[in-house]
Amino acid sequence: MADDNNIRIKVEDLTLIFGKRKKEALELLNQGYSKTDILKKTKCTVGVNKASFEIKKGEIFVIMGLSGSGKSTLIRCLNRLNDPTDGRVYFKEHDITRDSNKQLLDTRRTEMSMVFQKFGLLPHRTILENAAFGLEIRGEPKEQRDEKGMKALKTVGLEGYEDQYPAELSGGMQQRVGLARALANDTDVLLMDEAFSALDPLIKSDMQDELLQIQNKLHKTIVFITHDLDEAMKVGDRIAIMKDGVVEQIGTAEEILTDPATEYVEAFVEKVDRKTIITAETLMFDNPIIVRFKKDGPKAAIRKMREAGVNVLPVEDNDEKFLGYVWLEDMLKLEKEKAKTVESALNTEVPSVYKHYTVEEMLPLITGHHHPLAVVDDEGKLEGIITQTSLIIESTRFDDKEMDKLIGEANEL
Amino acid sequence: MEKILPIGEYIEKGINSLEQNLSFLWSAIDDGISWLVENMNDLFLAIPFVIILALIAFIAYYVKAGNKMFTLSGLKKAYGLTIFVILGLLLIYAMGYWEEAIQTTTLVIVSTIIALILGIPFGIWSAKSNTADTVIRPILDFMQTMPAFVYLIPAIFFFSVGNTPGVIATVIFSLPPSVRLTNLGIRNVPGDVIEAGRAFGANENQILYKIQLPLAMPTILAGINQVILLALSMVVIASMVGAKGLGSIVYQGIQQNDIAKGFESGLGIVVLAMILDRITQSIGSKK
Repeated sequence: MADDNNIRIKVEDLTLIFGKRKKEALELLNQGYSKTDILKKTKCTVGVNKASFEIKKGEIFVIMGLSGSGKSTLIRCLNRLNDPTDGRVYFKEHDITRDSNKQLLDTRRTEMSMVFQKFGLLPHRTILENAAFGLEIRGEPKEQRDEKGMKALKTVGLEGYEDQYPAELSGGMQQRVGLARALANDTDVLLMDEAFSALDPLIKSDMQDELLQIQNKLHKTIVFITHDLDEAMKVGDRIAIMKDGVVEQIGTAEEILTDPATEYVEAFVEKVDRKTIITAETLMFDNPIIVRFKKDGPKAAIRKMREAGVNVLPVEDNDEKFLGYVWLEDMLKLEKEKAKTVESALNTEVPSVYKHYTVEEMLPLITGHHHPLAVVDDEGKLEGIITQTSLIIESTRFDDKEMDKLIGEANEL
Repeated sequence: MEKILPIGEYIEKGINSLEQNLSFLWSAIDDGISWLVENMNDLFLAIPFVIILALIAFIAYYVKAGNKMFTLSGLKKAYGLTIFVILGLLLIYAMGYWEEAIQTTTLVIVSTIIALILGIPFGIWSAKSNTADTVIRPILDFMQTMPAFVYLIPAIFFFSVGNTPGVIATVIFSLPPSVRLTNLGIRNVPGDVIEAGRAFGANENQILYKIQLPLAMPTILAGINQVILLALSMVVIASMVGAKGLGSIVYQGIQQNDIAKGFESGLGIVVLAMILDRITQSIGSKK
């Protein structure tokens, strides 16, 4: 149960059908008929098809899909702007789908606020009045709501614009007002329906950064709808991918990229710039064989290399701290010289990275030398190593055969 | 030709029984409207012409210039209408029809107020409910296309000759635009703004008063402007059932074959109409 307290929104088998013969359509859906069959038989459209997921407190949960995938319909079920045909939506422990009208208004006023793609600002009201709109609906006194509205405008960087009208502001600034309006209500949950989709790419990127900054301070539970996978990967802690009303996969950006659940997801994520998402943790070899600095001499090192079938191994000291690499050819020389330790052949001028480093960040570190990348923790302990080949494969998306061919060609030169 | 379906007779019977059974209602309406029209008339006529002239000129200037009243750009915007209003009122005064013009204006004001009190709520209702819209729409068509003389007859029947049947006929004729344009204005409010209101927990009343009506206001004001102009266009017909004012002078001119009288009073109506139209339009076009 302790874990349950962390869950803000729980959606169970949520289904929404548009059309007049909903009951009939629902029955067909339960019998396993497809969306197209149901449309043919009942003229009803299945907007959301048995979606189930849980949203944790303080996370940004992205629902991603192309237009018509049902994502906007789904988010509107969470505050019942759309009434679900079947299934349950729990907010904390209470079931929103069974709310009376009055309870529902209360939930919308105090528990969830929303940001819209088309902003939805009131053109006849000033920026401050717009920001304080939710508080006005709630019935708070003017002074109090002006104060909270100003605070929210400050949070989104719109101080000084409070007496202007929406039409006098650019799109990006208008959406800041939309965000301020949602923040002013100080609700736990923020529903963002394609909030940045109508903005220019540069402004959009600014707004994403700003949202992440605000989230760092306020720790809201955010449900974020987008059709832009890059955006989803950037802002989302977890991502749900939707197609035709069905949630195809839920996971972190990396989980989805590295292990797509369906062909659709696979096709979808193909275009993504993986360099910015795949991290060292995914690429590294765990528990590599190591050479102990004081204990292992050249002989032991050579034996370990032969066992592992490699020509380079990382070296650790007694505290398991990563020191550097030794190469097979140097070990063979040392063996001939009958050296006792590997000290003289240890390469210490080698790059190391943390687990969360992305491919994009790691690529510049492999130029000018042959050493693999060592992945270390905060204390300098080795967690794994990444070979240069695997890093290049990841960043170029060549498969192993193509890589071998390339290397062969390079060697011939 | 033989009548198969004598609708007229049924209507007549219905109206007769309404007249007899609800006579207290008709006399109450009659008393109310007469009282309003007469008192308003007396009030306006008690104020000297010069003061009314100054007041209306100021209003004209204000609605054009708005909060730039005391600046040069405000003056540039507003001087045309202000001069036109002053010249127009002076013309009416100089032709000797000031009292009649006041009577006509009173009639228009009273009819417009009644039309709006009835029309705007019906407009809101038909915007909110498609059923209401389907029912109300043909009634509005009926009110606008049925020749005014036809409902003047029962109007006299209910209220006898005087200002009241004039006001009632004017209300019937001029009310439809207020319903139609209120309906249109509310239906044209963008869905995303209303959805935003709902998402923040606004109830139906809050959506109406805080979102729909303010956003529909320019359209509703255009409707009010139409109501006023239609009311003014009814003054001649209203005078046939005893309403006083410029209309009755036109009517006299027709009966006496008096070109001068007819033209002067007709000109007075046109000037009045232009003044009312320009002023109300400027209110509508403001932000």
